[in-house]
Amino acid sequence: MPPTTRTVRIGSAHGLHARPAKLFAQAAKDSGIPVTISKDAGAPVNAASILGVIALGIEQGDYVTLTADGEGAENTLDLLSELLSTDHDAEA
Amino acid sequence: MTELRGVGIGLGVAQGPVARMAEPLPAPADNPSELSAADETARVRDAVAAVARELEQRGAQAGGAAQDVLEAQAMMAEDPSLESEIDARIGAGKTAEFAVHDAFASFRDTLTAMGGYLGERAADLDDVAQRVIARLRGVAAPGVPDPGHPFVLVAKDLAPADTALLDLDKVLALITTEGGPTSHTAILAREKSIVAVVGAVSAKDLVDGEMVIVDAAAGVVTTQPTTEELARAQNRAAARASAASAPITPGALADGTPVPLLANLGKPEGAAEAVALGAEGVGLFRTEFLFLSANQAPTVEQQRESYTQLLAAFPGKKVVVRVLDAGADKPLAFLNDAHEENPALGLRGIRALRASEDILREQLTALAEADAATDADLWVMAPMVATVEETEYFVEIARDYGIKTAGVMVEVPSSALLADRVLVDADFASIGTNDLTQYTLAADRLLGSVAAFQDPWHPAVLRLIREVGDAGRIHGKPVGICGEAAADPLLAVVLVGLGATSLSMAPTALADVRASLLEYSLDDARVIAEAALAANGAATARDAARAAASTIQEETTQEKVTLP
Repeated sequence: MPPTTRTVRIGSAHGLHARPAKLFAQAAKDSGIPVTISKDAGAPVNAASILGVIALGIEQGDYVTLTADGEGAENTLDLLSELLSTDHDAEA
Repeated sequence: MTELRGVGIGLGVAQGPVARMAEPLPAPADNPSELSAADETARVRDAVAAVARELEQRGAQAGGAAQDVLEAQAMMAEDPSLESEIDARIGAGKTAEFAVHDAFASFRDTLTAMGGYLGERAADLDDVAQRVIARLRGVAAPGVPDPGHPFVLVAKDLAPADTALLDLDKVLALITTEGGPTSHTAILAREKSIVAVVGAVSAKDLVDGEMVIVDAAAGVVTTQPTTEELARAQNRAAARASAASAPITPGALADGTPVPLLANLGKPEGAAEAVALGAEGVGLFRTEFLFLSANQAPTVEQQRESYTQLLAAFPGKKVVVRVLDAGADKPLAFLNDAHEENPALGLRGIRALRASEDILREQLTALAEADAATDADLWVMAPMVATVEETEYFVEIARDYGIKTAGVMVEVPSSALLADRVLVDADFASIGTNDLTQYTLAADRLLGSVAAFQDPWHPAVLRLIREVGDAGRIHGKPVGICGEAAADPLLAVVLVGLGATSLSMAPTALADVRASLLEYSLDDARVIAEAALAANGAATARDAARAAASTIQEETTQEKVTLP
């Protein structure tokens, strides 16, 4: 099966830093399959790496591309896309 | 005495002896490892896991926002990218200590290079590195001092793990040499109302036990203070404490000119606290909460219920409701799904509502129904109005639904400049100083790298506010302020001097502003405003206003002495 990819717009007011980055990296790690995230035409980084994710400097409104490979890739990307498009900072 | 400058957080002043945060561990030397790569790797895995578990445990103890940050740090410790960087260095014959130090440093440099918010997160990473290295060496991690008496904590910058452990009863004030207004230290200081000056570079030379005055309002740390200075700081701290417990009176100047003090609210549930703190009504009720958590617009019934709950808390009082302000930092998929290069300059506020007019019509229906069911004095305003034509559009549609008082927010310089014409149709204007500052200085308020521009003291912003104030006076219509500027006690006086007739702010700021207004007459306020307007920049405007205010206070004191 080829890897599944998805492009998502970032919903969190402060972009993908701090808490949203933590929630995202944790979820990617928990999925148990390799997931990468890339911004624009940049190189993909391991989505389970909070440092890699933070260092992408993703801001609200940016588009990112997720790629997952393996069992349950569709479901994993559904969950991760949902996380990215939600404004976690608005809950505070 | 010497003064060290930084960025003050809050308005308090405090004094006490310095206690310094333990210096970071020296960087490990790059000596070749005497162990096998497998042994060094095992040491790192153990240390990293131990640190991650400790951080998680501290997070669980701390709870709240601190827990999130500590858990994020635990994840940094066990980060897979970092792990491969460390392993590569150990594979090249480095010690575990050096590999950890060097791998963390490479990530740190990436964050620092990005600057702003991300640069400040570098401190989180440094803290994790220090903890892992301390664990590898078998020494205590650097941490918060405990001199056994209350102290002024001086640190490079506080990491979340430190702030979670801080015994706040012992901390009189915080001083950091690094870190800006969005650092953890600043966030903690704001949350817990601790007097703090951050980013005071010269504070690195302060020594343990040295007496200092920390003046957050001025952003200054005074070393070797004179007894007179200490007494003055003590008086100010006492005055501030008594302002907080002073009887709650309606907002007014020293000459009796009423300046109603209103609350900014984002949810109806905030009403009780606002009333308890003396809010005389609501100057800005944001309706976004009804929409932000929804994938589609809430129904008229759902909206009516929320508005009724809000209005019922303020019988006989003014409640200004802002219709939906979507876009820019508050995107709503069902209102505007287009990708915009510059969302702050895009389809937002009243522009977005016009494009989806049914949402505006439903909101006005619900507001009119809630108004009919309660006794509050409902005012409704539109966000982000840029033209006279938009003003006419909104006022007309609001009247169609029976809204008695319809006004506009002045956040765009164009509507401030034409306020005399905007106020022909609008029943009132309310100035949103945050966005007005953003648009006047062309600096994205969400962007850390241009945060220094986001200062409502800038004379260009003040001049625009004066335009609106003058137009209000000419037309006999109210001009309110509902941005963060109104919560700054001295700026509040300036705003009244520029023609603001009411001030709306976070309820916690009401006591300080109430006390500040009572010290000046309307003439005084105008003199102070003129001083600020004459300056060339935000910092000099603040200084000029402060100087004018203290001259007035000295004169007032002398009059009291000479007049029997």
